[in-house]
Amino acid sequence: MSETAFLDRVDFAARTGEDPNRGRAAEVFRAHGWPTRADEAWHYTDLRASLRSFDLTLPTHDAPDIGGMIPRTATPKVIFVNGRFDESLSALPHFVRRFDHRAAARADRALPLVSLNAAVANDGIQIDVSGGTDAGTLFLISGTDTPSQDMLAPFHRIAVGAGGSLTLIEVIRGAGRYMHNVVVEIALAEGAVLRHYRLQDESIDAVNVTTALVDLREGARYEAFTLNCGAKLSRYEAHVTLSGPNADVHLNAAQLLAGTQHGDITTVVAHRAPHCASRQTVKSVLAGSARGVFQGRIEVAQQAQKTDGYQMNQALLLSPDAEIDTKPELEIFADDVKCSHGATIGAIDPEQMFYLRSRGIPEADARAMLIRAFLDEALEPVTDEEARSIFEAAIDVWWQKGVL
Amino acid sequence: MPAVTETIETIDRLTDGGYKYGFETNIEMEFAPKGLSEDIVRLISAKKDEPEWLLEWRLKSYRAWLTMQEPNWARVRHPRIDYQDLYYYAAPKREAPKSLADVDPELISMYDKLGIPLNERAALAGVAVDAVFDSVSVATTFRESLAKVGVIFGSISEAVREHPELVRKYLGSVVSPGDNYFSALNSAVFSDGSFVYIPRGVRCPMELSTYFRINARNTGQFERTLIIAEEGASVSYLEGCTAPMRDENQLHAAVVELVALDEASIKYSTVQNWYPGDAQGRGGIYNFVTKRGACRGRKSKISWTQVETGSAITWKYPSCILQGEGSSGEFYSVALTNNYQQADTGTKMIHLAPNTTSTIISKGISAGHSNNTYRGLVRIMPKAHGARNFTQCDSLLIGDQCGAHTVPYIESRNQSAKVEHEATTSKIADDQLFYCRSRGLSEEDAVGLLVNGFCRDVLKELPMEFAVEAQKLLAVSLEGSVG
Amino acid sequence: MLEIKGLTAKIDDKEILRGIDLTVPDGEVHAIMGPNGAGKSTLSYVLSGREGYEVTGGSVLFNGRDLLAIEPEERAAAGVFLAFQYPVELPGVGNANFIRTALNAVRRARGEPELDAVAFLKEARSAIKALKMPDDMLKRNVNVGFSGGEKKRNEILQMALLKPALALLDETDSGLDIDALKIVADGVNALRGPRFSALVITHYQRLLDHIVPDRVHVLASGRIVRSGGPELALELEANGYAGLEAA
Repeated sequence: MSETAFLDRVDFAARTGEDPNRGRAAEVFRAHGWPTRADEAWHYTDLRASLRSFDLTLPTHDAPDIGGMIPRTATPKVIFVNGRFDESLSALPHFVRRFDHRAAARADRALPLVSLNAAVANDGIQIDVSGGTDAGTLFLISGTDTPSQDMLAPFHRIAVGAGGSLTLIEVIRGAGRYMHNVVVEIALAEGAVLRHYRLQDESIDAVNVTTALVDLREGARYEAFTLNCGAKLSRYEAHVTLSGPNADVHLNAAQLLAGTQHGDITTVVAHRAPHCASRQTVKSVLAGSARGVFQGRIEVAQQAQKTDGYQMNQALLLSPDAEIDTKPELEIFADDVKCSHGATIGAIDPEQMFYLRSRGIPEADARAMLIRAFLDEALEPVTDEEARSIFEAAIDVWWQKGVL
Repeated sequence: MPAVTETIETIDRLTDGGYKYGFETNIEMEFAPKGLSEDIVRLISAKKDEPEWLLEWRLKSYRAWLTMQEPNWARVRHPRIDYQDLYYYAAPKREAPKSLADVDPELISMYDKLGIPLNERAALAGVAVDAVFDSVSVATTFRESLAKVGVIFGSISEAVREHPELVRKYLGSVVSPGDNYFSALNSAVFSDGSFVYIPRGVRCPMELSTYFRINARNTGQFERTLIIAEEGASVSYLEGCTAPMRDENQLHAAVVELVALDEASIKYSTVQNWYPGDAQGRGGIYNFVTKRGACRGRKSKISWTQVETGSAITWKYPSCILQGEGSSGEFYSVALTNNYQQADTGTKMIHLAPNTTSTIISKGISAGHSNNTYRGLVRIMPKAHGARNFTQCDSLLIGDQCGAHTVPYIESRNQSAKVEHEATTSKIADDQLFYCRSRGLSEEDAVGLLVNGFCRDVLKELPMEFAVEAQKLLAVSLEGSVG
Repeated sequence: MLEIKGLTAKIDDKEILRGIDLTVPDGEVHAIMGPNGAGKSTLSYVLSGREGYEVTGGSVLFNGRDLLAIEPEERAAAGVFLAFQYPVELPGVGNANFIRTALNAVRRARGEPELDAVAFLKEARSAIKALKMPDDMLKRNVNVGFSGGEKKRNEILQMALLKPALALLDETDSGLDIDALKIVADGVNALRGPRFSALVITHYQRLLDHIVPDRVHVLASGRIVRSGGPELALELEANGYAGLEAA
């Protein structure tokens, strides 16, 4: 299907709802089209070109069996199958309800994929943790199995009230050929805490573009880690705004890519209030002819004095054909701040390899050990044991794929 | 305690109040009519009595320029430039001087005033100077002594006449006319600039220097500089720039090309002090410059050092193309912006060959309402086995009305390459200021000292002659003279 | 020389000095001892004019001049020198350059001629020799990459060259081994004379074995709670500070 035909379908889908916002969102997206490298925000990821081989459609409603994609221990849980909420598989706690998508649409000229989601989103959940309560752990699981080249566009809204807290573990798995265009809005009230752990392990033929829009009020804390190892092309784009003083964000990520995978992690941390801290550690491990991208901007507004911003991104190239492109950015308008970023790119240190092997450790194990050590710092915010075991398992599976 | 206010005042003194090169010189000038067309390009070429190939080259560049768009990706804002409202050719009316004795005394006295004596006896020992006035080379000192060792140093117009084979071979070979909007414009209308050729195995016996002076009003400035270092040759080249204080903005779009062959080395230093505009942001030079060096030879080396304190807008990315195995590129930069100045400057290091190395040290200082951006690219291509890059970008903010930005692009396509990048942004620490003051330094001296310390890794790369000027520019008293 | 009367000061609304009365006559060295948090460092910072300390009452006269009314560099020019407990690092600023700039600023303010680089180096080298410091001390950046002991010795070097009338030594002995301690003490003793006074702030007796004070004061909870001769330091070493706050 041509791009125009797809856009027409988006228009049609947007207009069939009662919500005029959807039609407007479709127009905003149509005016921009799929992002290309000409968009500075997409400097290293040409989504239009990547989608050329796709015959994107909007979803129909068959329900595959995704039982194998759900972690056994997960409960309470919210399950999405092929981008739709599945009530029979889910075990909802009282603070989660199915989201009325008509309230979700919100076009954004600067974020075309958000506009597209706003035009066609037809499912999602709303999480409302009330103030002062610890809501424990919630799993949000997305299983997809479709050969129909659907574009799935769920929209989720997460709100944690003042002083409340939640641990959210997201697991995204799939089989087949499809595109996921996910938008997650997160609002953390005064003193709220959200621990957000996300594993993106989509089908190797899929495209996953996820946009997280996070707002932190005074004293709120957002502890996040995302691991990308699936998808032919993935982009995880997080916009975190520190809008109240003394808020604190820890936004870590890692990607393990092989074959011809393309993984893009793009973050914008906007300091809009004084005395906030942001820390980021982003690691890419690239095998085969995979291409990793990291773009990370720290913005400090004029009023955001006493900002403490730190960002480190590191890439390990495991093969001669792998490529990493990184663009760490500082944009600073306040003077009394401490901001820094660092980037390193290289191969596994041959001396470390030799040291391990001279102690009798086989080469493959030595590599695995050093790569695991390389990832360790990024995993630091994952304090939840269940989440950690999910990530460890995903990393193990990655070794077993024989990419090394 | 208004520490910040006082600090800002200090910086005011460093940059704005201190612009002592703002005078005008009365020289009879010849202008071509305003505006740009094929006819103007032909006229410039004819005035310079150029060979046919060069005219064709200019015309091709002009036609390419017509199809291009002014770049808009830099973090700079300015009103639209009306390219038809500029003069593209201005030259002193007198005949080109045959020797220093023929140079207009008015010009000599102007350069004296700038501290650039053109009289060889009074000249700085060991520095040969090419003086470029409104894009026309008006005098070159020490030509004879340089010629004895085979070094060619003079204006590029002269080189077109006397060494056409060299110019034809290398002109546009590093920065092609179509490279970008301003290089296309420059290629069409460049008026003059310096030409340097260092023959095989020769270490240039003295520092070479070009002193650029913009004087004429409403006149675009388009110099073209070409430096070639043959196998095993080496040269250190310095460039200084000043302009009168004027209310309107003035366009300066130069192109500099460097070529280093096997084991050759070129050190290119700039102290850029074009008029920055006044405290309200009126006037000042738009400095849109393309500088690039090609390390063509094995183990060749190109080193850029710049101290940028002038210009209303700076758009400049001195770069190195590392083509020769084991070649190395360096970029050392201090950019200080104040009032409403905007600087978007950095470098590109393109690693094409194995074992190439590059070092980038950038120090940005923002004060007033200015914006100061480091923008850089490090690209490691698949064949650059064992390539290394180290980048350090530091920004200092003085006052809370300015901006400091860091935009590095880092791309690696070779597993065995190693790239390291670090960037920091901060202000002058209160405890450092107090420590200095408790030892008796006034606050402004303390700021000067600390700013100078902040820039030290760059300043120490400058040749002595320029280090002094640069340090003065940064309000430094005796850093580097002891120890 | 130094006359402190009823000095009170606070940081961030927290009262640290609660009425200090202290007189240090010309030529005398006084020690200030006291437990952590007593206000010892605050006193030295207030005297040298650091920002962030709000003087809420009292007066400080230095040779008859109101010390609290003038800027830190004016106090330095007047002859006050603070040897920092934690000397500050100045990256990129050469030590020789720094000290010479400071020395000439102070000399200018005192109406004395400035020293040129040669004369300065001569003086600096002899001071370095007297203080048994390595020659490269001058070439390095101010306190950058210095060990704790080197930083303290660098403070003493600056003091030796700036020749203050009043030295405030804020726990200069902390982190020093016995050899370095002797060097520091020698540096102070070399300046002793009728026109030099010092306030030696310390936790421990051991520095006072080498710099024998004329008087010892005990600072606790922002007040001088006891004063005595050198023997008071020995007594404190034996019995600790317990019970002094009530005294």
